[in-house]
Order: sequence, then structure tokens, then C-alpha cells
Amino acid sequence: MAEVETFTHDVLVIGAGGAGLRAAIEAAARGARVGMVTKSLLGKAHTVMAEGGVAAALANVDDRDNWRVHFADTMRGGQYLNNWRMAELHAREAPDRVRELEAWGAVFDRTADGRILQRNFGGHRYPRLAHVGDRTGLEMIRTLQDHAIHRGIDVHMEVTIVTLLTDGRRVTGAFAYDRERGRFKLFEARAVVLATGGVGRAFSVTSNSWEYTGDGLALAYRAGAALQDMEFVQFHPTGMVWPPSVKGLLVTEGVRGEGGVLRNSEGRRFMFDDIPENYRSQTADNPDEGWRYVQGDKSARRPPELLTRDHVARCIMREVRAGRGSPHGGVYLDIAWIKEKIPNAADHIKKKLPSMYHQFKQLADIDITKEAMEIGPTTHYMMGGIRVDGDTQMTTVDGLFAAGECAAGLHGANRLGGNSLSDLLVFGKRAGEHAAAFAAQHQPARIDPAAVEAASGTALAPFGRSGGEQPYQVQHELQGMMQQLVGIVRREDDLRDALDRLGALRERSEAVSVPGNREYNPGWHTALDLPNLLTVSEAIARAALERRESRGGHFRDDYPEKDPAAAGYNILVSRGADGTMQLTRQPVPPVPVELQQIIEEQKS
Amino acid sequence: MTTATFRIWRGEHNAGAFADFDANVVDGMVVLDVVHQIQAEQAGDLACRWNCKAGKCGSCSAEINGKPRLMCMTRLSDLDLARPVTIEPMRAFPHIRDLVTDVSWNYGVKQRITPFTPRAPDAPDGTWRMQQRDVDRVQEFRKCIECFLCQDVCHVLRDHQRHDTFIGPRFLVYAAALEMHPLDTADRIEELREADGIGYCNITKCCTTVCPEGITITDNAIIPLKERVVDRYYDPLAALVRLVRGSPRAE
Repeated sequence: MAEVETFTHDVLVIGAGGAGLRAAIEAAARGARVGMVTKSLLGKAHTVMAEGGVAAALANVDDRDNWRVHFADTMRGGQYLNNWRMAELHAREAPDRVRELEAWGAVFDRTADGRILQRNFGGHRYPRLAHVGDRTGLEMIRTLQDHAIHRGIDVHMEVTIVTLLTDGRRVTGAFAYDRERGRFKLFEARAVVLATGGVGRAFSVTSNSWEYTGDGLALAYRAGAALQDMEFVQFHPTGMVWPPSVKGLLVTEGVRGEGGVLRNSEGRRFMFDDIPENYRSQTADNPDEGWRYVQGDKSARRPPELLTRDHVARCIMREVRAGRGSPHGGVYLDIAWIKEKIPNAADHIKKKLPSMYHQFKQLADIDITKEAMEIGPTTHYMMGGIRVDGDTQMTTVDGLFAAGECAAGLHGANRLGGNSLSDLLVFGKRAGEHAAAFAAQHQPARIDPAAVEAASGTALAPFGRSGGEQPYQVQHELQGMMQQLVGIVRREDDLRDALDRLGALRERSEAVSVPGNREYNPGWHTALDLPNLLTVSEAIARAALERRESRGGHFRDDYPEKDPAAAGYNILVSRGADGTMQLTRQPVPPVPVELQQIIEEQKS
Repeated sequence: MTTATFRIWRGEHNAGAFADFDANVVDGMVVLDVVHQIQAEQAGDLACRWNCKAGKCGSCSAEINGKPRLMCMTRLSDLDLARPVTIEPMRAFPHIRDLVTDVSWNYGVKQRITPFTPRAPDAPDGTWRMQQRDVDRVQEFRKCIECFLCQDVCHVLRDHQRHDTFIGPRFLVYAAALEMHPLDTADRIEELREADGIGYCNITKCCTTVCPEGITITDNAIIPLKERVVDRYYDPLAALVRLVRGSPRAE
């Protein structure tokens, strides 16, 4: 048998972003012996990139806000394909989770009377995002990290899970390798929490870091869990489009929340041109009203720049395709214009959006207090993911839990900005709590040595091959193909083409070879990421083919309208007995009467 | 497009040497782009850390032309490409491979510092009231992305290897963020003087110079902490007052 170091934990948390940290803290608080595995160093997870804020109906800025409004906003944003129970729990529990962070040392921006300040964001009816300038994610992950290090959690840094181990029904542990030495590690665990984030690296234009290769989704799928809503990939409307080296890098929605406007090459503020019917009554119909809204005038309605992300991204694509785009293929986002409205606008912008000022100044040599930014849509977030129970976050595999971006359900067809940071707090906690409870109720299960042996053989295979291409090349082609054929605008023939090409890429991925040895070898790591990327890409393409309509983050050029019949189901993806991907339409459970009433009340 | 030479440190556990790579560079590229390009086309196993590529995670720290910097925030247009650009790992930490160093010591240091200890909530609903002007001060310190470039450039760590007796600028900033936190009630002055070795800092301000977040490390964090230590332990007038009043803090 391969040389393997073994660790035993009650709860193994895979991923150390916001959701993983919060799950680990909770499981430890409930007495579990917790291990946490992270592909990178602690505190580097993609949560640091979240800028705008964390959504929670604290009602500190607008006392009309409460969990009911937040629930209704989330359901409407998700086109009612959300798991209603998750949307309810999320809206009810987010305020407590935010206040808890303050008790652990987080320092949010303040209102005049000293409470946590909240800002406007797309799709949220009232200013709801607790924030720290535009570095909210950093504040959150640092607070969670600093709190967690005193909780007796065993942190395994720069360790990558290769496969989950099961006894056929229940999870028994995980097999991994450590990046620094290239050695194998075996984790025995009574319960496992997946908190591995998203899959943005399947696309060429993305705000996501190298780690976002869909590991958790692929691990869960191979272990027998169902995936859900895989067609719903969020393309954030505002990524940098220039210089080329930063293409895709996020420009926070906070820019629009602070009054930034979108203009095409003709200088036209085009977002007023197309306001969806179900948002019309809550959206301003002239620039003056929009400005008054972002200044806190409660009698004014939201500017159209603060419509949901899916809609804004499509409006931008429309302008670009109509030949009204910017020189580098985007449109203009202008915050500098507010100098017409307020004195000291430059200082105000630097105070409210310090990271954006810094980012554009340093990387594009643009002063955003003086010039407009060039921006365009970028792959940002996965609404779909591992199917979980709304209360416990347990997947369809016993003892296997999922939370944060890798879990599906809360966001439905489109996520509202700020709901990801509250998602990871609310459901990270719940996953940790229920994983600890599961671990307390179950004895450790036996790990099959043959499965460990097979996993180590598969992991080392790229070293045994010679003459194959570099894994980077396969990854690069996959990203370009997905961007082009399974990106923001999709068509049946493209999607079928994509599935053919995925087959060819899979064959190539199985023949890649890597140079060097096992120690800190990024080529080897990339080779091991490929199967995960390919699995998740296939699930996205198949689900996109199956949903013959346009809804939320999923836009079909050949079916540009919403299909009322498609409003009632989620698409599940699971592995069939023959190893192929099986798709099923799962009816969305009916929303209970009292929650349905809340939705109706908030429609006006 | 132009061709430039990049002189990258390669090797394992300090046994290494520079290797030259010629790469085509285009307008707008940063050093991390070049490293990735060389990785993809010339040296598939070239080891480096990175995550966000936006100056927010602090993973891609290195020494570029001898200066500690983030590779993702160093534009090639700011470097002289007529000469080879040197890219080396941080030198204050044990070397692992190529551009990657073992920074785990930093994680142990943080764990030792007395954690955040809030006062009782101000309001019956369990929340606190703080004014923006009071949180501004610690928000500067909380911008830290833990790139450890300040640790790398600090001569106490880099040249004198005082890792066992000095926590370095990053963790003095961390301690300052806790000490100046409007809600915190813990007292870290004794540990700052003893275990944290604040006296080793002689204010050369190298840390402030290299901070990619522009945190005024020396003036805003370290000097005020030094003043607190001095006030407690070395102020003769205060010592006299304590002697008369019988303060338990007198030495």
C-alpha cells in the first residue's frame, strides 16, 4: 500500500473560506474534534475578494427592512426556483450571524448613531449590506480565521482532497495530498463538510482564483451525491476588461450602490431602456430619482443600475453586440460623475471604494474619481451546486454536508449581491452544527484500503506518462471552449458541440504528463484539477441543454423567453449506474401559504 | 510585443540558482502574468503561490529586482526591461521550492497573541455602539492582507533571525488593531514588551515602505504601542505615582 499519513477527526471540513471556517467553528463549539483542509494558506480563500458587503436585514439604515422583505427579494431574484426553506432560514438568521461577527472582533462601517452601516445593492429593496468600505470579505475571513485559531481546530494548509471515501452509502473519510511535499494523507471522519466554493476557472473570463475548479461538486458527484441547478452560472456584470492581464477581475457592485452609472459609447445611460415588468414599480424612471435613492431619500425608487445581476449583464451584452461598446469590448461604469452632485466627491469615492480606487490606479492607470471605468460581464458565482437539505445542509450521501457556494438552493436562478457572504455564515454554521450532531450519533466507518490504493495510483499516474501534453494546455482550451459555447449566451448547437469537445478534452486530460517531482508542483496540481473541471463543465452544459428557456443566469438565444412550464422544476444531475451523467427534472416543492403571502405582499 | 529576460530563482530548500527565461511581454502585463506564462510554456513545475491576482489575498509575495513586492501588483511597464528582471522568494523565511517559502511561523505567532476580548454589549439587544471616527483607526490596520512582505524586509527577522523573540511588524500591527479596538478589554502591554519583543524594532520604517496596502505601520501602529510600553514600564514619574498608590503594575 502507498505510504499514507492518517488523521482522525469527528468532522472534516474541506475548504477554509467563509463557509468552511464558520462550519469548523460551529462543529468545534459543539464538542467535535475538527479538522479543516485548505488548498491554500489560511485566510487566502476567495472570500477575501468579496467586496460590497454582507446582506442582513438589520434595519439599521431603513427601518422598513425586515427578514420578510429580504426573503421576498431573494425569492424574486432567484425567479422562485430557490429552496424556499433555505431562503427563509437565510433571511431570518443573517442578522444574528452578522452581529456575532462583531462580537468576534469585526469592525464594520458605522451609522451616525454608532450602529452597523448598510448600503444599497442590486435586487435588495432597502439598503441592507453591512460592509467595510469595499473590503468586506477580507474583514469577514480575517475575523473568522482569527476566531477559529483559538478553537482547537486542526488546520491542514495547502492540502488537496483527491477523493472522498464512502462505504457505498455513508461518507467515511477523504484521501488527499499535501502540496508542499507531495505526500498522501488519509482523513478518517464520521462526517465531512464540503465548503469548496465555485467553478469559475472553467471559463476564461472569470473573477475567480486558481482554486475555483469545482472540486467539491465533482467529489460529491463521484461519491454519489446529486447536483442541482448547474445551468445557473452567474456572470457578474462588472469585471475589468482592460488591461488583458486583469480581464475578468471584479469591480464591486458597491460602485453602483454608491451612485455609479452605466453608459455606452454614445454616452447614453442605457439601463433606463429596459426595466423588467416585475421590477418596474420599484425602479426609478429618471436619473434624478435614482440619485435621490442612493442618497437615502426614502420616497425615491432604486436606479436601474441596481436591478439584478443577470439583467444588468444582459443589458451590457446587448449594448456591446449592437456596436455601442467601449474600445476593449465592454461599456463604461462612471462614479466620477457624482462630482456634479456633491462637494469633495474624489475624497468621498476614495473613502467608500478604496480598493477599487487602488485597483484601477495600480493596474489600469485609471483614476476612478476622474474617469469612467471600462467594464464587462465576468464569470463570478455558481448558483447551482450540491443538492442539500434546507435545514441540515446534508447532501444525498449520509454524513456528507455542503455549505456556501458549493451548495445549491438558496439563490435559485440568480443570486443577489451580498447574499453569498450571508449564505456562508448562515449555512456554514448550520452545516457545522449538523455535521457535529451526525458525528456524535455515528461510529467511525471502516475505510476500504483498496479504495485508498486506487486513489493514490490515479493521483500519481501523470508522472508515469511521458510525451503527453502539459495540463495547462488542456485547461486553457477548456476555458476558452466553455466561455465561447457555454457562456453568457447559449444555443443548442453550441451546447452539443461543447459536449463533443468535452469528450475529446477528457481523453487528452487522461494522457497529460507532468515534469519534475512531487514537491510543490503546480503542473501536477493542474493535472489533478482537470477531472473536476471537466465533470462540472459537463454538468453545466447538459443542464443548459435541458433547460430550453431563458431564466436568471441562464440565457438561451434560441429560447429567449421564460417558459412558464419550466418555472416549476430544478434540474438534478447524478451519476448513473453505468457511470454516465443522468438528468432529472425535480419539481420545486410548493412554498407554504404564509411564505407565499409574504411574497405577494412584497410584490407591490 | 517585446522580449524580456526574467531571472527566476529555482531550486529546493536553499539549494538553488537563478535561471534565465526569455518571454514575450505585451502592454498591461504584471510580473505574475510572466511567471504563469513561463510556467505554462517553459517550466511546468515552476512553483509559486497566488490566489486572487488583485492585490487582495497577499499570496504572491516575492522579491522583484531585490524589492519585496506582490507579483500581481507589479506592472512590467514600471520595470526596466532592458535588463534581466530578477524574481526571488522572500528571504526571511525558510525556502521550500522556487518562489515558495515556509511562512507557517507567522501563523503560530498570531495564535500566541491574546485574542479579542470585547466589553459587555452597550445595548439590551446585545449590540455595541461605535463611532466611525473611532473605528477608522483600527480599520487601517485591518486592511492587512497578510502578504508578510513587512516581515520579509524587517532586519530583525531578515538579518538577525530573531523569530523566537520578535513577532515582526505584521503582528505588531495585529496587536495594535486589538489594543486600539474600541470594544477590546484585554491588556497586551506586558506581552508586547516581553514575548513580542517590541523593543527590537528601531523604527527604520522599511516595513511601511513595502506595505502594498499603504498601512502606516511604524507611525500609526508600532510607535503608539512603544509609547504605551514606555508609559507603563519606563516613565519615572508614573512609576513614582504607582509606588505611592501601590499599583500592582509597578515593577
